Amino acid sequence: MSLHKLSGWQISEKLKKKEIGLGEVVSFFQERVQRLNPKIKAVISLFDEPLGPEKDSDSKLWGVPVLIKDNICIKNKEITCASKILKGFISPYNATVIERLRKAGLVILGTANMDEFAFGSSCENSCYGPTLNPWNESCVPGGSSGGCAAAVAAGLVPCALGSDTGGSIRQPASFCGAVGFKPTYGRVSRFGLVAFGSSLDQIGPISRDIVDSAYLLNIVSGKDSRDSTSASIAVPDFSKSFDGSLKGLKVGLPKEYFVSGLDGQVKKTVELAISVLKSKGIEFSEISLPHTEYAVPTYYILASSEASSNLSRFEGIRYGKRIHQNNLIELYKRTRQEGFGQEAKRRIMLGTFSLSSGYYEAYYLKALKVRWLIKKDFDQAFKAYDAIITPTSPTAAFKIGEKADNPLSMYLSDIYTISCNLSGVPSVSIPCGFTQEGLPVGLQLISKHFNEEMLIRLAHAYQESTDWHKQFPVNYE
Amino acid sequence: MSKFDSVIGLEVHVQLATASKMFCRCPNIFGKEPNSLVCPVCMGLPGILPVLNKKALDLGTRVALALNCAIQEKIIFERKHYFYPDLPKNFQISQYARPLGEEGKLDIKGETIRIKRVHLEEDAGKLIHTRDYSLVDLNRAGVPLLEIVSYPDISSASQAYDYLKELKLIVQYVGASSCDMEKGFLRCDANISLKEEGSPTLGVKVELKNMNSFRQVESALEYEIRRQEKILLSNKKVFQETRLWDEEKKITTVMRTKEEAHDYRYFPEPDLLPITIKEKDVETQKKSIPEMPARRRQRFSQQYYLGEKEIEIILSNMFLAEFFEASHKIYPNTKKVVNWIIGPLLEVLNSKGIETEKIQLTPDNFARLIKLASEGKVTNIVAKDILSQIIDKDADPERIVQEKGLSCVSNQEELTGLVKDAIESNPRAADDFRTGKEQALMFLVGQVMRKTRGKASPNTLKSLFIKILKEKP
Repeated sequence: MSLHKLSGWQISEKLKKKEIGLGEVVSFFQERVQRLNPKIKAVISLFDEPLGPEKDSDSKLWGVPVLIKDNICIKNKEITCASKILKGFISPYNATVIERLRKAGLVILGTANMDEFAFGSSCENSCYGPTLNPWNESCVPGGSSGGCAAAVAAGLVPCALGSDTGGSIRQPASFCGAVGFKPTYGRVSRFGLVAFGSSLDQIGPISRDIVDSAYLLNIVSGKDSRDSTSASIAVPDFSKSFDGSLKGLKVGLPKEYFVSGLDGQVKKTVELAISVLKSKGIEFSEISLPHTEYAVPTYYILASSEASSNLSRFEGIRYGKRIHQNNLIELYKRTRQEGFGQEAKRRIMLGTFSLSSGYYEAYYLKALKVRWLIKKDFDQAFKAYDAIITPTSPTAAFKIGEKADNPLSMYLSDIYTISCNLSGVPSVSIPCGFTQEGLPVGLQLISKHFNEEMLIRLAHAYQESTDWHKQFPVNYE
Repeated sequence: MSKFDSVIGLEVHVQLATASKMFCRCPNIFGKEPNSLVCPVCMGLPGILPVLNKKALDLGTRVALALNCAIQEKIIFERKHYFYPDLPKNFQISQYARPLGEEGKLDIKGETIRIKRVHLEEDAGKLIHTRDYSLVDLNRAGVPLLEIVSYPDISSASQAYDYLKELKLIVQYVGASSCDMEKGFLRCDANISLKEEGSPTLGVKVELKNMNSFRQVESALEYEIRRQEKILLSNKKVFQETRLWDEEKKITTVMRTKEEAHDYRYFPEPDLLPITIKEKDVETQKKSIPEMPARRRQRFSQQYYLGEKEIEIILSNMFLAEFFEASHKIYPNTKKVVNWIIGPLLEVLNSKGIETEKIQLTPDNFARLIKLASEGKVTNIVAKDILSQIIDKDADPERIVQEKGLSCVSNQEELTGLVKDAIESNPRAADDFRTGKEQALMFLVGQVMRKTRGKASPNTLKSLFIKILKEKP
């Protein structure tokens, strides 16, 4: 049996036709996690009793096993965000997306590794240790949703839910040869997602093909009264976009994304993918997103500012780790000193600084203004173009430890994904080939706000004429 | 005379009387078992998001309007950061750059105190300290608060007191809060500086905290004025600092200096989108504002010729003010109605421990009761007794009089008989009166009153006694 090579929707079809039993499916993937996870360390916790469907549903993914990034709350399960400071904390409630998955009848197998509090692009900043890339175990899987992407790529589960603040779904998907979808900001409820950058965070699917991602997206999307930033915009049936023609679509290629810093092999691979799409009748033109170069600094000011605020609540008073001291301030200091990792501390300090009186105007406020300009770049482009296509990341997966001591070069790994979070637009990374070293390369598709349908249409058509998404890392066959 | 002017500003926090908390659906109730009114949102658990309670916005808007503030078209919430165990997220959702209301005013005895801003924020929890450890109760965490900040237009401690009283009255009148200070529903901080008399240059500002009543605010300010005066007169400098009022010692002590002041690192709350306040909503709130105390004060004086003290007592509670007017409409004898409210009504409420708002008696029946007493159909004693019976359940006083036979004994023969009986059974008292002891008369009247269970008019009895005792030496 090679269920792991099937997409989630295919497994669900087999279940519905009673070709296979739910128990069989679950134990098949549990066994794979037990056997293969020690090689890549993608899974933090494999539940003794997976959270299975309570009743039948006509969901296309009924009975499909999923992993959940460890920053999404699951009732009565430990949630740590891969941080020592939260170890032992059991969530008393379900995130909205978890409720929706359960209602659709997916099977939650466990939780997936990540960079601590989603701070990172390599999955190395985890208190559980790094996750490895199944395509090459000396490489990182990307991050922060590295556990999800590696697990999906290695066939430990057909799909997973991650979160994306600056590229945390798309970049690891790209590094691992998976599909990673960041929906429009406001499309999916953030209730129950441990906040990193509240104005940037979105939950989204990681899967092996666009079909699973589209189905998952349909399950988790839609207004939630518990999230004031979730949009009251109707969610279309995304599967209707599976057979749209691409003829006459206009796609922009931002010149600022195809410059030095972009790895030659990645560039070539992406250009090949573009030519495939061209053959389907898409008109490509070079466009300009003039404020692109400010995206990374803008992002790191805003995301860190919000993070420094969001992480204030972790101090050992009510939950999680506490280093007991007789003096309150000392208790705070020691708990946070020992509870947070290096990158978390770096971002808390960066953000605290940006928000401090005397610096607020020069940093936070300025960054807000630049964010608005970046958003305007996209608004402008989408007046004339149906989509924008770029590489997902300037390189393929890099070596473990390669950038660990150089946060700036690590931050640049998200240079192509960050702008989408700043402007709120949806984007997806789909597998589009390999480097000579056999590492996957991702193609990023971007559309205007709440037009996920366009991305699904493009990705699906591309997937129809390529088989990159069907490749499997050799040692995990 | 002091050669300094006091410059005082007040910062008042009022807990809004909403059914649920500001950003979650936990009930907003005082005095429940610790941590029994909490949920992941108000406990600040990882992953939670706030959702604004519309009612808090409405009540806040209403107060801001009643204080003559301009309501902002678009408001935002911001995060105010500081670490403290009673603050679950270690930031408070508050308002900073765009508060709900700005530039209002309040008239205090002919002088205008300008209101700088009125804004919404969430309350923190409470710490309970023991000798060895401290406990956190989060029942109050997330309860909606309205902060009302005045300009430093207040020039004396007693004016500060008057301002607070009037502010409280307004907030109560619009139904935004009961303002019960003992329960912490209203809290007040003050800031005060002294400057050379008439000088435009402001002095160094000191913030005062920990005052638990309006009188304490007044005392703390009085103390602080003296303290700063003394410093300035000896040519020393007042330090910019926050000081705590010590009610026992009647002094203020340093809490934190300027150097220890927080940098709150305000920034817009990303989990709440900017809120557009609709003109329609403002209109709705405007319409729900009743006649304000200041207007009523004027009207009660002109319409009913009430004295200042009577007005203050009746206006101290809007229910009472409306009860008065409604009763007066039925029985337009101002003096009687006022006296019955200020006297028996408040006494009965007090002795039965009933809150004014819980009066069940209709103004109609109340007026009829006063009329019965005023026309001598029942004695005041009987009337008061009836009032006590019907105040919390309402009933027709005339029916009670009829059913229980409580009418005044007015039959002259019957009364004469009772008076004669009393004289016969109390010969010493009768003698005492005859020999000029006035008190003896009251004793004799009391005897008859007891016998009739209050149904005889004491005045009638008095003259009857005098007549009979003088007739028959």
